[in-house]
Amino acid sequence: MEAYLSLFVKVIFVENLALSFFLGMCTFLAVSKKIETAFGLGVAVVVVQSITVPANNLIFTYFLQQDALSWLGVTGTDLSFVGLISYIGVIAAMVQILEMTLDRFFPALYNALGIFLPLITVNCAILGGSLFMVERNYDFGESVVYGFGSGIGWALAIVALAGLREKLKYSDVPPGLQGLGISFMTAGLMSLAFMSFSGVQL
Amino acid sequence: MAETRKLVTDPLIENNPIILQTLGICSALAVTSSLEVSLIMCIALTSVTAFSNLSISLIRHQVPGSIRIIVQMVIIASLVIVVDQILKAYAYEISKTLSVFVGLIITNCIVMGRAEAYAMQNPPLASFLDGVGNGLGYSAILISVAVIRELFGAGTLLGLEILPLVKNGGWYEPNGLLLLPPSAFFIIGCFIWILRTVKTKQREKIAFQIMDVQVKEHA
Repeated sequence: MEAYLSLFVKVIFVENLALSFFLGMCTFLAVSKKIETAFGLGVAVVVVQSITVPANNLIFTYFLQQDALSWLGVTGTDLSFVGLISYIGVIAAMVQILEMTLDRFFPALYNALGIFLPLITVNCAILGGSLFMVERNYDFGESVVYGFGSGIGWALAIVALAGLREKLKYSDVPPGLQGLGISFMTAGLMSLAFMSFSGVQL
Repeated sequence: MAETRKLVTDPLIENNPIILQTLGICSALAVTSSLEVSLIMCIALTSVTAFSNLSISLIRHQVPGSIRIIVQMVIIASLVIVVDQILKAYAYEISKTLSVFVGLIITNCIVMGRAEAYAMQNPPLASFLDGVGNGLGYSAILISVAVIRELFGAGTLLGLEILPLVKNGGWYEPNGLLLLPPSAFFIIGCFIWILRTVKTKQREKIAFQIMDVQVKEHA
């Protein structure tokens, strides 16, 4: 239990996907103009991330890794090279299923999150989460915690950046640095602040 | 001929995918702490972009519009798998350092963006060159960031010592901040600043958009 808690804190603060691995930067910079939209996207990322990372973990454990097909009576297989294409397929399919489920059963939630879901398929934070999970050999329990935690970390980062950018409206930014330039600088400073968490352990 | 050359040179400065279109920033920030790794990443991305543009352009008349994204995704993912396997076979150490970032070429917006915006409408050769051009535009930024970070952060280039460090009896005290992740944000931010100060055309368009948003929000 303690190990899970420590992993949870670690992926939110120390190994924040957005601020220390720069994953999902395109949407991170593009959709952080207003807090409400940033929050909506953040929630969507948490939901998708907590579904896809464990799903990809199961795919990896029971189909792709070395001798994974032994439950079928087949040994000596190693399909890990088709990993990339399977993970992105799982992610695209999960996002599609989630979109249809929300549309059918939770229309209010669909209206709030619907526009963000297609964006998420090509968000590198989602694929990156699954790839890190495989690279670090997380088991199923850890991958559930990792998926949820990394989603929370990303959401926290984008909401914080959106808050800063809303305040930036009142500041006098040099013309060449307007918009994209100043967002980069702000994100850099945030990343620097998050680095002070490194080394924190529970 | 001029047209063809424009396909390759245009994305370098005039229409740079990273600086102007904000595409593919993730890897630009993450892999640039050493020049060697960045070079490998540039070669990987340029070849994936070029060949995905070529193959998508070849089949563009056969692909139904409604499933084109999936088809593009499968082509790109297969190309990335090929690149990943080649790296694992011939440059294992570097593929370890790049870790997940080779896989993340799949979701790199430059590749998808060029496939969707250019290769779906244009003949194979032009698409191929467009892919090469955009790959080079990406590489130009990546390599400049990597040179700054490695040279001033560790005093080396490609592992060779250029600025003799104090701890080795030289005179240069390395700036450790440049090796840390946040410095990449600052360097690219400065690039954008410089480019938009020189090329005021790029700047004004952006500034106008921001004014527009602000006016709407206040109204």
